[in-house]
Amino acid sequence: MNDMTQTLETPVAGRERIGGVILDLQNISLRFGGVKALTDISFDVREHEIRSIIGPNGAGKSSMLNVINGVYHPQEGRILFRGALREKMEPQVAAAQGIARTFQNIALFKGMTVLDNIMTGRNLKMKCNLFQHALFWGAAQKEEIAHRIKVEEVIDFLEIQSIRNTPVGRLPYGLQKRVELGRALAAEPELLLLDEPMAGMNVEEKQDMCRFILDVNDEYGTTIVLIEHDMGVVMDISDRVVVLDYGKKIGDGAPDEVKNNPDVIAAYLGTSH
Amino acid sequence: MFYRENGQFKASYVEDQRIFKVQQDRVAIIAIVAIAALLVPMLASDYLLRALLIPFLILSLAAIGLNILVGYCGQISLGTGAFMAVGAYAAWNLGVRVPETPLLLQILAGGACATAIGVLFGIPSLRLRGLYLAVSTLAAQFFLDWAFLRIPALTNYSTSGSVSVGSLSFFGLPVESAAQKYLFCLGFVVVFAVIAKNLVRSGTGRQWMAIRDMDIAAGVIGIRPAYAKLTAFAVSSFIVGVAGALWGFVHLGAWEPLAFGLDRSFQLLFMIIIGGLGSIAGSFFGAAFIVLLPIVLTNVPELFGLPLSVDTAAHLEHVVFGALIVIFLIAEPHGLARLWSIGREKLRLWPFPY
Repeated sequence: MNDMTQTLETPVAGRERIGGVILDLQNISLRFGGVKALTDISFDVREHEIRSIIGPNGAGKSSMLNVINGVYHPQEGRILFRGALREKMEPQVAAAQGIARTFQNIALFKGMTVLDNIMTGRNLKMKCNLFQHALFWGAAQKEEIAHRIKVEEVIDFLEIQSIRNTPVGRLPYGLQKRVELGRALAAEPELLLLDEPMAGMNVEEKQDMCRFILDVNDEYGTTIVLIEHDMGVVMDISDRVVVLDYGKKIGDGAPDEVKNNPDVIAAYLGTSH
Repeated sequence: MFYRENGQFKASYVEDQRIFKVQQDRVAIIAIVAIAALLVPMLASDYLLRALLIPFLILSLAAIGLNILVGYCGQISLGTGAFMAVGAYAAWNLGVRVPETPLLLQILAGGACATAIGVLFGIPSLRLRGLYLAVSTLAAQFFLDWAFLRIPALTNYSTSGSVSVGSLSFFGLPVESAAQKYLFCLGFVVVFAVIAKNLVRSGTGRQWMAIRDMDIAAGVIGIRPAYAKLTAFAVSSFIVGVAGALWGFVHLGAWEPLAFGLDRSFQLLFMIIIGGLGSIAGSFFGAAFIVLLPIVLTNVPELFGLPLSVDTAAHLEHVVFGALIVIFLIAEPHGLARLWSIGREKLRLWPFPY
């Protein structure tokens, strides 16, 4: 409850809630053989902000997220997370540092129930070992219950109580997206990377998802990096936007600045020469 | 009608975490274990125990082990027979070289050796998946078959290549008669089934299933693929190794490497496919099915007055077997366990399915 009253006192939409730089990407270049996915991209993400990455298809947005959470290793450039230079690392190390994400094509564990999927998100916080699990008694059971309580909070937050025990493979698309967000939230991340959370949704589902994203940002103070194609959504909820095109950065700034940037308009609408 | 969970509310997470969440299930499972432990040894004939129930129990145990690896962690293995052999030969070697070792310790040591070998042959799974992994575990099967046949030290220089165990005793209690052997196996099966169930419903099991369903996403939420895969190989091989030791010591008494050949690996794989991948109960269904099928096939034609010769029955068995596997893969890939749970769902609502 403490957290909530605190965040309520701070202005919701004002710039004051935004803190210092949490993630600093400097001159990132990523190549796959001869294909240049990202070229010399620099931008930063500040604490508690919603930072959007936009750009036409194939601009390198998802690659950018993959670089941030360690799935891809850029050939050039430096990544500073919380001021510390990050070495080449595996995704699970990034997860341990508090970076969680969702995927463009839903990457849930299809054979498991909603509850188990979200419980898996708390994997890093669980300390019991194999032998304790085998007994499922004492410490292991207590730990399971403690994490179950946290997971139930996430389930309440996302309003998916009724589908707790449903295998995710049977859920409709919109709900799967929500469960995936839940799995990422269960890890209590500091930095949440969302790869097109609203793709393929109808207006109401989009509104719900926006509400969840804003609430996460508000209540837990989670920093969010968002990739999204719906410009209305992006311009409404982002604090700052970075625009990529063909792996290069062509715009960066507040939504209004970006909207009027001639390079951005050219990339989206084309130019007359 | 009689199978209802109406009014059984779960008021705490402990209640929601139970293995059997419906009271009728709990009563049923206790009754089954009680009947298996008390009534069956008294009533069943020696033939029934030796030819049916003991193999059923041991193969169920091995199927549970394999199901952890294939069904829960998604790593296909064709080396199960070989890992059973490691368990059996390791236990036997310990007994021969250190004769005062108690039987329980021998069997568990067999499991431990199988774990080590299983993890070793599990290492390729860090790089290979699907069919390619299956082929690399097949290499384990061929290599270990060869080792037990050609390395005389492993069979204590027995000239025929076959080994045998003497009289068995469990902390002073003899394990000689069919009923005693049956109870001995039953103990192992119950203990390991509970352990396996606990593992798959806890964090470890979720890690395995996460790797099975989507390994990239699993890495991104902080699961170490190497750890998850190798623990699955370790736990699976341990249980399979124990089953192998029981198969050699309790069921066969004397055996040669052929007892744990590639056929055994396939048989176990069929069991978990027919029984249900990713289901502990399915391992039992599959084992029961495979142990019972040959007997049903030999006896049923006689009931209808069509006596079959032994070799026709044996051939027929292969035909029916193959057909059933194909049918299962097409019609119900989740096996008997899924049919069972569908049946239960229907019973819950019967006779008012709304």
